[in-house]
Amino acid sequence: MQALFGQLLIGLINGSFYALLSLGLAVIFGLLRVINFAHGAQYMLGAFVAFLLLQYFGIGYWAALIVAPLIVGLLGAVIERTMLSRLYNLDPLYGLLFTFGLALTIEGTFRYLYGASGQPYAPPPLLAGGTNLGFMFLPNYRGWVVVVSLLACLGTWLLIEKTKLGSYLRAATENATLVQVFGVNVPVLLTFTYALGAALAAFAGVLAAPIYQVSPLMGSNMIIVVFAVVVVGGMGSIMGAIVTGYMLGIAEGLTKVFYPEASNIVIFVIMAIVLLLRPAGLFGRDA
Amino acid sequence: MRKNLIASTAILLAMGTSAFAADVSDGKVKIGILNDQSGVYADFGGKWSYEAAKMAVEDYGGKAAGAPVEVVTADHQNKADIASNIARQWYDTEQVDSIMELTSSSVGLAVQALSKEKKKITINTGAATTELTGKQCSPYGFHWAYDTHSLAVGTGGALVKQGGDSWFFLTADYAFGYSLEENTATFVKENGGTVAGSVRHPLGTTDYSSFLLQAQSSGAKVIGLANAGLDTSNAIKQAAEFGIVAGGQRLAALLFTLAEVHGLGLEAAQGLTLTEGFYWNRDEESAKFGKRFFERTGRMPNMVQAGTYSAVTQYLKAIDKAGTDDGDAVSKALHEMPVSDVFAQNGTVAPNGRMIHDMYLLEVKKPGESDIAWDYFKVLATIPGKDAFIDPAKSGCDLVSQ
Repeated sequence: MQALFGQLLIGLINGSFYALLSLGLAVIFGLLRVINFAHGAQYMLGAFVAFLLLQYFGIGYWAALIVAPLIVGLLGAVIERTMLSRLYNLDPLYGLLFTFGLALTIEGTFRYLYGASGQPYAPPPLLAGGTNLGFMFLPNYRGWVVVVSLLACLGTWLLIEKTKLGSYLRAATENATLVQVFGVNVPVLLTFTYALGAALAAFAGVLAAPIYQVSPLMGSNMIIVVFAVVVVGGMGSIMGAIVTGYMLGIAEGLTKVFYPEASNIVIFVIMAIVLLLRPAGLFGRDA
Repeated sequence: MRKNLIASTAILLAMGTSAFAADVSDGKVKIGILNDQSGVYADFGGKWSYEAAKMAVEDYGGKAAGAPVEVVTADHQNKADIASNIARQWYDTEQVDSIMELTSSSVGLAVQALSKEKKKITINTGAATTELTGKQCSPYGFHWAYDTHSLAVGTGGALVKQGGDSWFFLTADYAFGYSLEENTATFVKENGGTVAGSVRHPLGTTDYSSFLLQAQSSGAKVIGLANAGLDTSNAIKQAAEFGIVAGGQRLAALLFTLAEVHGLGLEAAQGLTLTEGFYWNRDEESAKFGKRFFERTGRMPNMVQAGTYSAVTQYLKAIDKAGTDDGDAVSKALHEMPVSDVFAQNGTVAPNGRMIHDMYLLEVKKPGESDIAWDYFKVLATIPGKDAFIDPAKSGCDLVSQ
């Protein structure tokens, strides 16, 4: 029983990463209709920027948590403005191919520069060590990850569903021309959205850096699972992505206890079942 | 017409110059280095093994039995099917004469079986399973650098001696992990220890926390990591995070080499006991070799890379001895010749294809103890080849008269 609590908690920690990453994907897909295959690469970039900031400028974890997403978000904005925005009028497949190619290029470049093995990145001294919860030993840093990612998820959801900016964003996806007529600069809104999605991925990357090695492949390990999360949650549903992220993290954690060999396929089994029963996903609206 | 004439003249000339090497197929010796160059084992062997092979060819003078020697390489991404396809293509259309390195046991077994069919030599320096020279042995297959049995005897033996009599295994879920777990568990039990349990994780897992938690709650004194490469590094890092070593349990990194210690850093790796077939700072000769390798690659070789250097060198010697690159003749020469080079000083090749040589029990130094770069190990003991490897007569290989 004690072990079970521990595993549930670990599932929650992994779920935090799934939720944060699938959130960014859902924002980009929901508002831009772009399937952002470069998301894993942007997550990896976040971790690498944090690593490089420390290496060359002595900028530590706390600053990197803000600076790295800003840098990667800015990079996302440049990519959207100069390249991705030209593909909006074409079949969504082009956006998918473009971002996939982008991901391969970024990952290939980093693999060339830094090799496939990871670079070490220590957790901040404030969060080093752990706390004995009685049923398990919880590393403080992992506890922090759960809290901060919950906050980030909630914040993004509020931004999109409850603020004026969010209402513009949602309106722009429904009817861009009409929103433009009202004097809203739609292209800038779209750039902002893509940058926000990329920044969220980078934020998750910085959070992940002290847990996993900072490695060029960390994104491609994650991206497939995250896509499954988005599909199960319902493409474009922001709440769906968040809830499903945590749920699948827990499901995966439990599988590791009862049948560890299946731990890396359980998410896809769930995805197949959900798609059979509810093709639009758990939280998706039927088109 | 004129063009054809020139072309055929060129071919004739080419044949003329290689007439001396008449018994070498296609006029050249071609060695393929097939391994993981982008995944969890990319530093374990990777392109560094390719570099070691090229270095061996250069040191040998670039020719064997009078024919020029060429080295090619490919990344098999740790997938046995991709590896088999590349091997088949190399043999069938690209005149490759032998394949070496072959990191990851599933790949090693698949390519060795294919090469047996094609009567081509494989010398495995990267994979670990004893199956390669056991039930699935091949007259054309050689296993060079280490195997799961030698790791169990080395690292497992040392920890049992220090009182680690109950074990829990974290095992990579494929041929290699099973073989390493089985060999170590047998060894532990033979020495009066017990196995509290084991859990199998997929290759390339990034998060070990739930597996580690299970190991922690098992109460075993030693947690045996029957995995390799980045998998082991990640597990060790996360074990520290979850306070496993601080809680009194010991970690046994059963397959851990210089490359992973370098990636993990001395701070995290200090005090680990491990077994390798080579250490660059073993003696003057090995240090000289290590420095030359370092100048080419910016890193010191581990047993896989040094083993590949040795395997290529020995293969070229065997071709010189046989006067041909024909699989049967080279295999015969390889079985007969003793191995004496920078990697193995008193090696012999057993009838099952196992190269028997000394292994080293090593301990990772503390950060303050290491003053030269890459000088990470203290040599605790030399394990004589006959103790490190399975007695060929008991290996289960049908090439050995029992």
